[in-house]
Amino acid sequence: MVLPKELLDEFEELVLKYPERRAGLIPALHRCQEELGGWITPETMEDLAEFFGLEPVDVYGVASFYPMFKLEPQGEHVIGICQNISCDLRGAEDIVEHVCKKTGAKVGGTSPDGKYKVELLECQGACANAPMFDLDGVYHEDLDPTKVDQILGGLA
Amino acid sequence: MSAKETYLLDRCGLENSETLEVYRANGGYKALAKVLETPMDRAAVTGEVKGAGLRGRGGAGFPTGLKWTFMPDPAKDSRRRYMAVNADESEPGTCKDRVLMREDPHGLVEGCLIAAYAMQLEAVYIYVRGEYRKPYRRMQAAIDEARAAGLVGEKIMGTDFSCEIHMHKGAGAYICGEETGLMESLEGKRGHPRPKPPFPAGFGLWGQPTTVNNVESIFNVPFIIDRGAEWFRGMGTETSSGNFLCGISGHVERPGVYEVPLGISAKTILEEYAGGVWKGRKLKAWFPGGSSTGVVPAEMIDTPMDHDSIRGIGSMFGTGAMIILDETACTVRASQVLAHFYDHESCGQCSQCREGTRWLYQIFTRIEEGGGTMADIENLERLARGMTPGKTICALSDAAAIPTLAVVKHFRDELEAHVREGCCPLKSRGNSGRESAQEVHA
Repeated sequence: MVLPKELLDEFEELVLKYPERRAGLIPALHRCQEELGGWITPETMEDLAEFFGLEPVDVYGVASFYPMFKLEPQGEHVIGICQNISCDLRGAEDIVEHVCKKTGAKVGGTSPDGKYKVELLECQGACANAPMFDLDGVYHEDLDPTKVDQILGGLA
Repeated sequence: MSAKETYLLDRCGLENSETLEVYRANGGYKALAKVLETPMDRAAVTGEVKGAGLRGRGGAGFPTGLKWTFMPDPAKDSRRRYMAVNADESEPGTCKDRVLMREDPHGLVEGCLIAAYAMQLEAVYIYVRGEYRKPYRRMQAAIDEARAAGLVGEKIMGTDFSCEIHMHKGAGAYICGEETGLMESLEGKRGHPRPKPPFPAGFGLWGQPTTVNNVESIFNVPFIIDRGAEWFRGMGTETSSGNFLCGISGHVERPGVYEVPLGISAKTILEEYAGGVWKGRKLKAWFPGGSSTGVVPAEMIDTPMDHDSIRGIGSMFGTGAMIILDETACTVRASQVLAHFYDHESCGQCSQCREGTRWLYQIFTRIEEGGGTMADIENLERLARGMTPGKTICALSDAAAIPTLAVVKHFRDELEAHVREGCCPLKSRGNSGRESAQEVHA
């Protein structure tokens, strides 16, 4: 078991919300990703399978279906830039270019120092404040290159 | 700006609007008290919602009260009954439920409780898209606060009415906004939509009777119960009553989420609320209600924003999220961006959708990048017609096909100009971020 006891205890509480245990799987995957290094390892999936009484492939089938679950290590910081229509109309591509230049990461890749992972996202529901990116789970909206510099500068 | 009655966003601007104290000080939980203390007959509660003519705000516009009546009679069907609130807001352009959950979470809690009373529900699950972390936290805090105040859980307000409300987090899949995909996902599975029938009211969450309603729909309920169906029908049109939240985005001076009555002219929303097209430019095209509703040209901007009127111009009201394209925007580029989205979000169960969305993306990319042929334009249309209507388990295939058919219908000139000139005549930005069609195909 790689899952710490605290998480397992938490999941025992979590499953009480549902008439069937399995319903806790997606929230549990979220918690594992948050607490265990930002991605879902094969060992985590095996442990979750045991906890939920499933086969590991069932857990993998769910984890791999949902874009928010990462099945490989991420950078120290993950920048997800919305590329959908409202953001595209307001210059998302300039933001992508600027972020890539600034961090040295290519889209879908990690910066040479391993610090930043840059990815493109579909609509994040922040359309009235486009363009936007999600940095480590926090939305940054109404972006322009100056604002991007300030945000990324704050991480240094 | 003409004075219009508002209610949906009235509390949102208040300081600490997310707290029980502020909610109560501004009329909160009054409708629930009316329901429980009278006590109102359950059928009368549903009747009021039905009588108000409230239509679902999640996209389909189905009458909410009527949907509630589809739940089986508990006297004849003793199974547990649930509601899933669809807070998986993911339709491009749509950003309204996020505001309600973040700024006025108790409004949704109260709506859920009234719905639970009317339909005799065991529990309510609020399925929030995983990226909405702050709205999720605000909702959870509101539920906790309400529970501590005896408003959620056992014997609510000291009566025999009990109901649990649970928050549930999705994980970034658009398809989970489709009601049966949402239920599969809530059960801990891949968000694969189920064939209908059976419908959720007969076979929903865990095979039990279930109603799925959008956040804004449920948010309207306490106002309807408090002020009456008659009051609600006083706003909007004969067939689309009440106010709605219009998220307007893209090329406008003041993008935002505005509360307006159904039936208001799209032109009024654009000009008076959103400050008009930005940079003094002219309007070229607009989506009436999110990316899945067919794009329409500028000339149609004076259309009333309600279900029937928008259907009248060959599009759909959808989520009421207007996306504005100015004269410098390229509708082929916009179509390419959206085709990429539908390709990414297709769950893959139906081949028309799995392959069709991919092909649409490849063809739009080819045309936008200058390598398209006139036959490609014909193929877009043929392909889209093979994807809609009703050819697949759910409507994602239609959602990709409808905007395609609309762009071919209204902007064929622009598609042809791309082919003739061998490039995007508007020189819209390249495709630097996205994988090229060839790579996708590889």
